[in-house]
Amino acid sequence: MDSDDDFVASEDDSGNESNTGEDEDGLNVALIDSEPTGSSHVDGNDRMEIEEEFPYEILTTEQIVQHMIDCIKEVNTVVQLPPTITRILLNHFKWDKEKLYERYYDGDRKMLFSEAHIIDPSETTSQKEIKKYLHNGMENCVICCRDLPTSMLTSLACGHRFCRDCWVNYLTTKIMEEGMGNKISCAAHGCDILVDDQTVMTLITEPKVKLKYQHLITNSFVECNRLLRWCPKPECSHAVKVQYVDFQPIKCDCGTVFCFLCGENWHQPVKCDLLKKWRKKCDDDSETSNWIAANTKECPRCNVTIEKDGGCNHMVCKNQNCKTDFCWVCLGPWEPHGSSWYSCNRYDEDEAKAARDAQEKSRAALQRYLFYCNRYMNHMQSLKFENKLYASIKEKMEEMQQHNMSWIEVQFLKKAVDVLCQCRQTLMYTYVFAYYLLKTNQSIIFEDNQRDLESATEKLSEYLERDITQDNIVDIKQRVQDKYRYCESRRRVLLQHVQEGYDKDLWEYTVKLDKV
Amino acid sequence: MASMQKRLQKELIAIQKEPPPGVSVNPANIGPNLTQWIVDMEGASGTLYEGEHFQLSFKFSPKYPFDSPEVTFIGSNIPIHPHVYSNGHICLSILSEDWSPALSVISVCLSIISMLSSCKEKKRPPDNSLYVKTCSKNPKKTKWWYHDDNV
Repeated sequence: MDSDDDFVASEDDSGNESNTGEDEDGLNVALIDSEPTGSSHVDGNDRMEIEEEFPYEILTTEQIVQHMIDCIKEVNTVVQLPPTITRILLNHFKWDKEKLYERYYDGDRKMLFSEAHIIDPSETTSQKEIKKYLHNGMENCVICCRDLPTSMLTSLACGHRFCRDCWVNYLTTKIMEEGMGNKISCAAHGCDILVDDQTVMTLITEPKVKLKYQHLITNSFVECNRLLRWCPKPECSHAVKVQYVDFQPIKCDCGTVFCFLCGENWHQPVKCDLLKKWRKKCDDDSETSNWIAANTKECPRCNVTIEKDGGCNHMVCKNQNCKTDFCWVCLGPWEPHGSSWYSCNRYDEDEAKAARDAQEKSRAALQRYLFYCNRYMNHMQSLKFENKLYASIKEKMEEMQQHNMSWIEVQFLKKAVDVLCQCRQTLMYTYVFAYYLLKTNQSIIFEDNQRDLESATEKLSEYLERDITQDNIVDIKQRVQDKYRYCESRRRVLLQHVQEGYDKDLWEYTVKLDKV
Repeated sequence: MASMQKRLQKELIAIQKEPPPGVSVNPANIGPNLTQWIVDMEGASGTLYEGEHFQLSFKFSPKYPFDSPEVTFIGSNIPIHPHVYSNGHICLSILSEDWSPALSVISVCLSIISMLSSCKEKKRPPDNSLYVKTCSKNPKKTKWWYHDDNV
């Protein structure tokens, strides 16, 4: 066992390891050594560390705006259009500048501009000259019906002129009431030319409306840009910017750790598509119907659903219009059974057998789902409790500092809770992964890894519950440190094994997945 | 508010001076502050609605014309049309999403006349009974789903 512990400890970065009697762990590290893919552990570890350096930046709202401006500038040096038009074009192409260049230089520009709902800036706007001149330089605004000096009216490139007050009212209604930002079109009926941001920002003076507009524009910039994602925490206004799209954890400045691909809490080892299927399964009532299939039968005549909760197998349907007599076991008519149910002569008939098989299947499927679901829920629940643990640990740490320990010496407790939470989270998602996994040699190894991590995690949790006294403090510290290091390493081994399986395409699933 | 009054005043004068064919406004049917109008409409000759008389109710919010008016058929004769529900609600895009402040009572009336005139078969919308049972009193609260653009 000592050598096994060595193997585990050697993966630790800290040099403060020890091999104190941890025999009760019953860890089966030998299994991992002997697994076919075991040899690549070190490689996997190295690669994993590189992956941990997945480059990303957390941006504040101001930085997002700056990033947007930079993108526009960059494109502008190439296409040489007014920035407001570039922004609308970029937005049209979901901020994919390559696509924009391609269409701009290869395609029909006229078509491009009309698809993006803008007027080609190279076209002279003079053709749509002001027609509604009244006498002495006055012009009528068709919205408010006032005659105003021409200078009070303005239009987009499409030439539909309205007075400034009406523009402000129109834009304010669209922004504040309809929550529109990018898609506000000209106020004229049937005109689809989009209002550019500069027009909005010069016309609108009320700060509240301006702010909302900026927010809407930034939001659409982030939402349609594939290299950006908002932090999913509701009150957090940061976004993350990556250099390439990948299944990677992002740690926001607010502390939330989420998956870049789907924005859910980081859910390694299970991937987004399976997690989504799982969530849907948990939410919808597919399991309700499974329960019905597993625990009830249908009346062979009127098909009403019956749950048998006792009594003999001679069934009389309670449906007043049916009242069929039948046998619960074979679902055939009761008559031939006579008084001796045990000689149920239809027992081996194919039809009845098929019905029973189907029921068995539903029953097994339900049991299987409940098995994984219970464990998933259990870890989720425990994870919630561990968050409470932080508070009590803090107290403990203060208490220990009064027992002649320095601040730095008691930090191991917080670290232990961190590890505990990480392990709980990983374990929770391993059950989702396992639910969809077909049984293979690899899945057996996976389940062994899962079991080891689970038992180690439970032990760590137990240690943290123990009372710390002056007598046992040194011992406890040693045990807790050993245990969390062990947990960390088990977690790493499990995740690496799953990752290896992904890389080598070893996992087989019980459901079909769309190949990405 | 003041601009809304002024605009409605102008619109009222315009519709009385040059009403679209078949449309008339009785000054007695104009509510206080011009916020509620009842417009009379005759079915155009040569169409399925020839000789029929309809009444349209217009309600204007203080945000008019930036907010669309609430327009419904009222009275004893609700036209039987695939886009008109038996409670008088009208499924017409310019009354909700496609509303523009540059539109007016006259342009709404013209759209409705043209909607009626192009009808080839008098029938209620397919979901009429369910809609009438479940809808809000205000048609503007309905998330319209436009069946087709042809009629």
